[in-house]
Amino acid sequence: MAIDYASKIPNNVDLASNKQLQRALEHWQPKYLDWWREMGPEGSANHDVYLRTAVSVDAKGWAHFEHVKMPDYRWGIFLTPPEESREIGFGEHKGAPVWNDVPGEYRSTLRRIIVTQADTEPASVEQQRYLGASCPSLYDLRNLYQVNVEEGRHLWAMVYLLHAHFGRDGREEGEALLERRSGDADRPRILGAFNERTPDWLSFFLFTFLTDRDGKYQLAALAESGFDPLARSTRFMLTEEAHHLFVGESGIARIITRTLEVMKQLNTDDPVRLRAAGVIDLPTLQRYLNFHFSVTLDLYGGEVSSNAATFFNMGIKGRFEESKLGDDHVLNGASYPVLEVDGDRLREKQVGATLALNERLRDDYIKDCQSGVDRWNKILEKGGATQRLALAHKAFHRKIGVFAGKHVTPDGRVVSDVEWHAQASEWLPSDADHAYVQAISGAVTGPGQYANWIAPPLRGINSQSPDFEYVRFH
Amino acid sequence: MAPPLARQHLIDPEVCIRCNTCEAACPRGAITHDRNNYVVRYEDCTGSGDCLPPCPTGAIDSWRQVLKPWTVEEQLGWSALPADQSHGEALAGDVPADVEALTARATATSGHVPPPWSAAHPYVGLYSPDGPAEATVVGNLRLTSEDSDSDIRHLVLDFGRVAFPVLEGQTVGIIPPGLDAHGRPHNVRLYSVASPRDGERPRHNNLALTVKRVVSDRDGKPAHGVASNYLCDLTRGARVQVTGPYGSSFLMPNHPGAKLLMICTGTGAAPMRAMTERRRRRLPLNEGGDILLFFGARGPHELPYHGPLMKLPRALIDVDLAYSRVPGRPKEYVQDRLRARGDDVVRRVLDDDCFVYVCGHKRMEEGVTEALRDLCRAHGVDWDARRDVMKREGRFHIETY
Repeated sequence: MAIDYASKIPNNVDLASNKQLQRALEHWQPKYLDWWREMGPEGSANHDVYLRTAVSVDAKGWAHFEHVKMPDYRWGIFLTPPEESREIGFGEHKGAPVWNDVPGEYRSTLRRIIVTQADTEPASVEQQRYLGASCPSLYDLRNLYQVNVEEGRHLWAMVYLLHAHFGRDGREEGEALLERRSGDADRPRILGAFNERTPDWLSFFLFTFLTDRDGKYQLAALAESGFDPLARSTRFMLTEEAHHLFVGESGIARIITRTLEVMKQLNTDDPVRLRAAGVIDLPTLQRYLNFHFSVTLDLYGGEVSSNAATFFNMGIKGRFEESKLGDDHVLNGASYPVLEVDGDRLREKQVGATLALNERLRDDYIKDCQSGVDRWNKILEKGGATQRLALAHKAFHRKIGVFAGKHVTPDGRVVSDVEWHAQASEWLPSDADHAYVQAISGAVTGPGQYANWIAPPLRGINSQSPDFEYVRFH
Repeated sequence: MAPPLARQHLIDPEVCIRCNTCEAACPRGAITHDRNNYVVRYEDCTGSGDCLPPCPTGAIDSWRQVLKPWTVEEQLGWSALPADQSHGEALAGDVPADVEALTARATATSGHVPPPWSAAHPYVGLYSPDGPAEATVVGNLRLTSEDSDSDIRHLVLDFGRVAFPVLEGQTVGIIPPGLDAHGRPHNVRLYSVASPRDGERPRHNNLALTVKRVVSDRDGKPAHGVASNYLCDLTRGARVQVTGPYGSSFLMPNHPGAKLLMICTGTGAAPMRAMTERRRRRLPLNEGGDILLFFGARGPHELPYHGPLMKLPRALIDVDLAYSRVPGRPKEYVQDRLRARGDDVVRRVLDDDCFVYVCGHKRMEEGVTEALRDLCRAHGVDWDARRDVMKREGRFHIETY
């Protein structure tokens, strides 16, 4: 299905035939652009960036690459084409036709879910806005910008739903999305992890590997929704999200490759000597991984959640790959194991399966992260290193749910306050770690040049070489 | 007879990030996964290509030639892609006697010349007349104007899922159907590949040929070319028996900065187009190395690829055309243009990083040799000695017919 690029707002939802909606979105558009100029990637308005733009929503429409200035990126509203006679796949309405309009009784619930998802999109752009100044290469700078414009487009996707289906409330939520600011004490973004800084590229790669992966799991759960416009919006967003995961996984893989190289050259794994050589030692990488993993796990919410059960029963938010699961998709009488803290031990208990849906999604997510970490470890193994990276225990360093206020080590031991504070700097990045990573960060902007702490990619973008001029400055 | 090799679509487990985008994009449900890998089921993949653009990593764009397709179970266990397979060395060099005779005739004056040092390794003789590959005609375009008595065609053959790897400068054999006047199957006819190694359409398993309809012999007497007429008359969807590929010498250098000097007439343009197109597709890589092309025909309307050639950027190629039959203008042959650009030509002949290719009519060869000899002499260089050095180093290639 082609996208109507002739109109002010590119779309495949026939915006021209709904004048009221068109006017509302055209009213929002300049505010969005103001927000982009104020909070988007700093100092980038005049760069020509080799971006991928969706020109249609079928598979072929993905191959469109050219140098564009980011404020001219064609943000728009693209939904995966509707599936004929699709039925609600789970919950108490299972088997009923999907809704194309919001059911009145679910209105506020749906709005809250959409706003929460939407809020993460501009938030991550804000978190990353200063990274351009320390990019390790033009290739990486281009990837950052691609991630940024796509997060911007995800905001468009969600704002369209708010405008099209939630009337005046929706329009007000659309405005508020442009008014909150990541990390701002007075008007913070809704979710905690999206108020953290992304101060350096190591954090950015872990953010895209871990936190964008949370995005993937949330979007996948919403792509099962009985509210069809939401399902179709999020399905299309998932294709864009895949690139973000790639940026993160390959970014860390390239850091590991480079560190291994220097470890071999110097025949050492001593962090002090490796830092003197200007690369990121594996213990530092592990501490950053622990931090980003733990704050991202919090995004899934409490282990036992009646909200999650309600969303599922209503048919609004399913499980990951719901339609591929072999059970009854209603889950009456089914149970699921969750952990709880019992004195100085962790104990498993069974709870109703719908109450544990947050935990289930978190577990699915952890498995996915683990496969990525396994692939990094293969690089270490192949390179002859004995060190391995590991995901911390899911109870480690948590601020939300049953582990909030408890101290659990990365290997899953409940420890005292004293023990925690004695060892925390071995598990989480210290100020010195941050200072070191900052110190080796400086913009590398010559075509084909890469910062000392990261290897060039195996392949360029769209079959271009790693030396290609992915960003042109003016 | 050996079974044809299959071309199998695979996913590179070392590059893939398991994002599921390909599986979601495949219209046939041919892609599946387990905890370890994403894999393509050979039986279900129709080559729609829908999975290629959305892949964020490029891992999806992996292909191998195989004797027997890898099963899903085998692929799930991989941690890296396997190598290409072939019928083994004994078969891989299988060049029929008639093909050898034709090649010997085409390269009679140069004798054996090794390929450029940086040429890719060619596959030779994968398909014999006893076991030819079958291709489908997916395009047949007349390159010369309708009112010209010269009918030159751009023919595109698609090999579907049969592996038929070629390099620029290689030839393929065509077997016309039916029997000759003596009741025997027709001999193989050789045609130069006009497209680069990644296909006439990039990343498709196809190749292009430049075919001139033969209606008279060398002396101008009416004659009916069996293979050329057969090929020129083919319509889309027709099936063709193809042997080869052949040729392990007339290949292009792959190293950045290598320069090319190309001299051709008529359908001798085919290998030049293949090499130029290869270079054009790699322009964004800024690998350097200029191309100077001398190209002769009777007039612009009979010059194959005249339109596209004129549109190529000057940064890629310097084109010098010679027309021998343009009313109101003196006859000009490629050797005349060589003389006119003498300094440019000699500079390249003396450049150890320039590779020379000559392809076209036997008649052209003599004139070109004379021109080169004269130009060199004027610069105090002995052409014949220079040519021997270039041949030894794989930098002078000539094929005439």
